[in-house]
Amino acid sequence: MIETKIAYPARQRRGAILLGASCIVIAVGALAATFGSVPIPLDALARMVVAKFPGAQIAATWTPTWETILFDIRLPRVALAALVGAALATSGATYQGLLRNPLADPYLIGVSSGAGLGATIAIVFNIGAISILAFAGALGATALIYALARAGGRTTPTTLILAGVALGAFLSAITSFLMFQNDSAFRTHQIVAWMMGSFALSSWQSVAVMLPYLGIGWVVLYLNARVLNVLQLGDTQAQQLGVPVERVTIILVAAASLITAAAVATSGIIGFVGLIVPHAVRLVWGPDHRFLLPMSALIGATFLIIADTFARTLLSPSELPVGIITAFCGAPFFLYLLRRKKETLI
Amino acid sequence: MNTLQLRADKISFAYQDKTVLNEIDLAIKPGELVGLIGPNGSGKSTLIKCLSRALVPQHGRVWLNGYELASLAPQQIARHIAVVSQAVELPPGFTAFEIVLMGRVPHLAWWQNENARDKQIARAAMEATATWSLADRLVNHLSGGERQRVVIARALAQEPQVLLLDEPTAHLDVKHQIEVMELVRRLNRERGLAVLVVFHDLNLAAQYCSRLVLFKEGRVYKMGAPRDVIAPDVLREVYGVELLVVPHPQNQRPIALVGGM
Repeated sequence: MIETKIAYPARQRRGAILLGASCIVIAVGALAATFGSVPIPLDALARMVVAKFPGAQIAATWTPTWETILFDIRLPRVALAALVGAALATSGATYQGLLRNPLADPYLIGVSSGAGLGATIAIVFNIGAISILAFAGALGATALIYALARAGGRTTPTTLILAGVALGAFLSAITSFLMFQNDSAFRTHQIVAWMMGSFALSSWQSVAVMLPYLGIGWVVLYLNARVLNVLQLGDTQAQQLGVPVERVTIILVAAASLITAAAVATSGIIGFVGLIVPHAVRLVWGPDHRFLLPMSALIGATFLIIADTFARTLLSPSELPVGIITAFCGAPFFLYLLRRKKETLI
Repeated sequence: MNTLQLRADKISFAYQDKTVLNEIDLAIKPGELVGLIGPNGSGKSTLIKCLSRALVPQHGRVWLNGYELASLAPQQIARHIAVVSQAVELPPGFTAFEIVLMGRVPHLAWWQNENARDKQIARAAMEATATWSLADRLVNHLSGGERQRVVIARALAQEPQVLLLDEPTAHLDVKHQIEVMELVRRLNRERGLAVLVVFHDLNLAAQYCSRLVLFKEGRVYKMGAPRDVIAPDVLREVYGVELLVVPHPQNQRPIALVGGM
């Protein structure tokens, strides 16, 4: 084996860092579940969780209400926030790397505008299946944008971004039109609330529905992490090193869009997580996607659990859209990172 | 023994309606160091891209040992042909070693990580190019000459039989120019690599190459030994300037000089 001293101090200890970050996700999740209109002490929470394991002998020192709140409301909500945060951060990291554009985020290639239109149609025409239509809209818009970007010859990052911006504006116009001509203030409010993102309707069922899409998307992205590194050299060099750039681009866009669409369908459009988390990880630990992708997922999960806890407790009993919290904390933090480390890493 | 041959067979390439390459015939054999010279915009870089399948010519074919290049997967091509482009941009934040390790991409399945042998090969490539001491440095902190040698090390890590270099000495000072060219010549001789180098500097080309190919407006204007190509009448035709050609005092190779007052 070759020993090399590496410029980023932590490169040899990546496994340990990822393990530590995983523990932090669990700790923050547990802590977040104690907050709320009915506070649950941390030790009671721990006992209730341990009692769930078969064979555990724990005396029930808690009320049934606590148990219902914890297992049916708070824990699924924390789990969903963690999954969505991880999904958005991973997909943001992928798009930033794939398009070599620091402003890329999970919503760049039509996912948000497509999902927004799908959800709006579901609400305005009272169809009901908001998640399903949002999911279909997200994937449909991505496929359409990819096809449009391809039509002009070879797909380059620039044509993808431009096609994404153009079609995104077009779909948003339709969404705005539907909102404007619809005369129910309640529905309009429902659309606006959905657009800003919320975990208020979380259940174990939404976690279960989301998991397969995330699983497939994550496996594909992690297996391609090394190839994503090579793509940083630019299309020509990557191709000359033997990477089938066109095919890899399709695979990565499909996987990243799939996990974003699943996230958006369950929780609406939550901004800034997918933009700032990968940047923060890249600035601290460097651009190797083999570390960047899993670390972004863990930090994204932690960040969104915390943001959602504020969203549901700050103005209790009413709830804030979590997108307001992520933007409110995310934007200043991003500016701080930029000022601290002017050497941009993408 | 390396017997790989790369051959362009009457290839033509046009961007939209502007023809850049016009029926080029060219073969590079193992152990040969061929220099490609010609005025700006005469199609030199485009030829390199066609020979590495970054571009596919509209007419004619490129053959790699009897296989048509366009029918091979990028990965198969990259196992045989390595390219060093001019003034390469490298993504910031990666170490020199990580960049050189990317040269192993053609030999790995898409889901595989590099193993100890790949690292050993990358290290050997860095030692051969005197860049091993830079292994842990971030590429965005390297000088132009260091970066160029790192990219050549990456090309070596591909274990190619053909090396295509597009102005590898551009933007380098004279010391680094010589270092890079001595390195290329050594690799050419010791490993029997077939090497094609695009040059801006006619004298550097004449010093290092056994054969020169002179391009004019997308065609091969003249091909042959340096003394046949670097000649006042040929250069006048191609570059449209009067140059004085004298023999090198040590090896008699031609040197083109700007005429004095």
